Amino acid sequence: MLPYPILTISLTLMWMLLNGFTLGHLILGALVAVFASWAMASLRPDKPKLNKWYLLPKLFFIVLYDVALSNIAVAWLIVRGRAKGRKAGFLTIPLEIKDRTALALLAIILTSTPGSVWLEYDSYDGSILMHVLDLEEEEQWVATIKNRYEKLLMEIFA
Amino acid sequence: MSAVIIYTAVAISQFMLVVAMAIAAIRMFRGPRAQDRIIGLDTIYINAMLLLVTFGIGTGRVIYFEAALVIGLLGFVSTVALAKFLMRGEVIE
Amino acid sequence: MIYPAADLPLSVALAVAFFLLVGAALALIGAIGFLRLPTFYERLHAPALGTSWGIGGIMLASMIYFTVSSSRLVIHEILIGIFVTVTTPITFMLLARAALHRDRTARRDGVPRKYVGPEERPNPEDVSDAS
Repeated sequence: MLPYPILTISLTLMWMLLNGFTLGHLILGALVAVFASWAMASLRPDKPKLNKWYLLPKLFFIVLYDVALSNIAVAWLIVRGRAKGRKAGFLTIPLEIKDRTALALLAIILTSTPGSVWLEYDSYDGSILMHVLDLEEEEQWVATIKNRYEKLLMEIFA
Repeated sequence: MSAVIIYTAVAISQFMLVVAMAIAAIRMFRGPRAQDRIIGLDTIYINAMLLLVTFGIGTGRVIYFEAALVIGLLGFVSTVALAKFLMRGEVIE
Repeated sequence: MIYPAADLPLSVALAVAFFLLVGAALALIGAIGFLRLPTFYERLHAPALGTSWGIGGIMLASMIYFTVSSSRLVIHEILIGIFVTVTTPITFMLLARAALHRDRTARRDGVPRKYVGPEERPNPEDVSDAS
């Protein structure tokens, strides 16, 4: 009946946010969302396997906090200039996650954080190429990404 | 009192956003390469979107929100199309 | 000209002003960094300031303002926030990959190369000094 429950619920919510919270818009929006999720099911056959969906808010708040911190860091770097001995650089990070949704989520997290941009994913050895604005120590970046995001993402998308 | 605070903040932030758009336009004209110009365009439309939301706060009308949503949608599609053109358009194989 | 903001409490006005100014200042700093930083890959990081908490601050200000002034919950600005946070990484990634592709085609210095197959890859011992 409902191939993508999260998509259906969020489409209904979006409809009601745009049009108003009434019973009529709830029914109309739910109808549109159900048909849209059927259309989605015929477009893309593989479905993301959410294992521990209750960890998603935790990931959200971690990312919000990190984005705020790196906003301050990058703004400081732009206003005051770069500290001595620091430079921007490319960085290769080996990853263990293989799930496509988890990789897409990680790409969005890393790119929307100011100071790091995801460049490409190498599917042969599962490594990513990144560019970071403040390359202090390579090991520290690798450890941050692997411990802070990858572990949580692997728990969510098992 | 609170009206004065809000209108001053709206005026200052509108000024800052316009300056940001002008700076992005300088980078867009200066280049040096095509990808710099595209990011300049991207920055300009995102700042224009923010400017529309501040207009909405200044006048108290909700209609500016919908204009901002349309600008966001169109800008995303155009930037993706331009990036795709850079990636495939000039490769002669 | 109507002045709808005249009857707001002072604390709400201060919060709205604070979030507006933070968001606009982040957008301005992002644009300045976009002008000042030397290489393209460094410039790519600067507009992300405006698209993360720059948008977040102004959306929060708008949400607080309209919720208090019309005395009902108005959170449809969050749609713009979600939409921009999901789409700007895609544009930045596509542009960065386009730039990487063009730099590799032009054989520019300082750009990591692409390994097409397993036989082209370097030994695992000397991978670490690739930069």
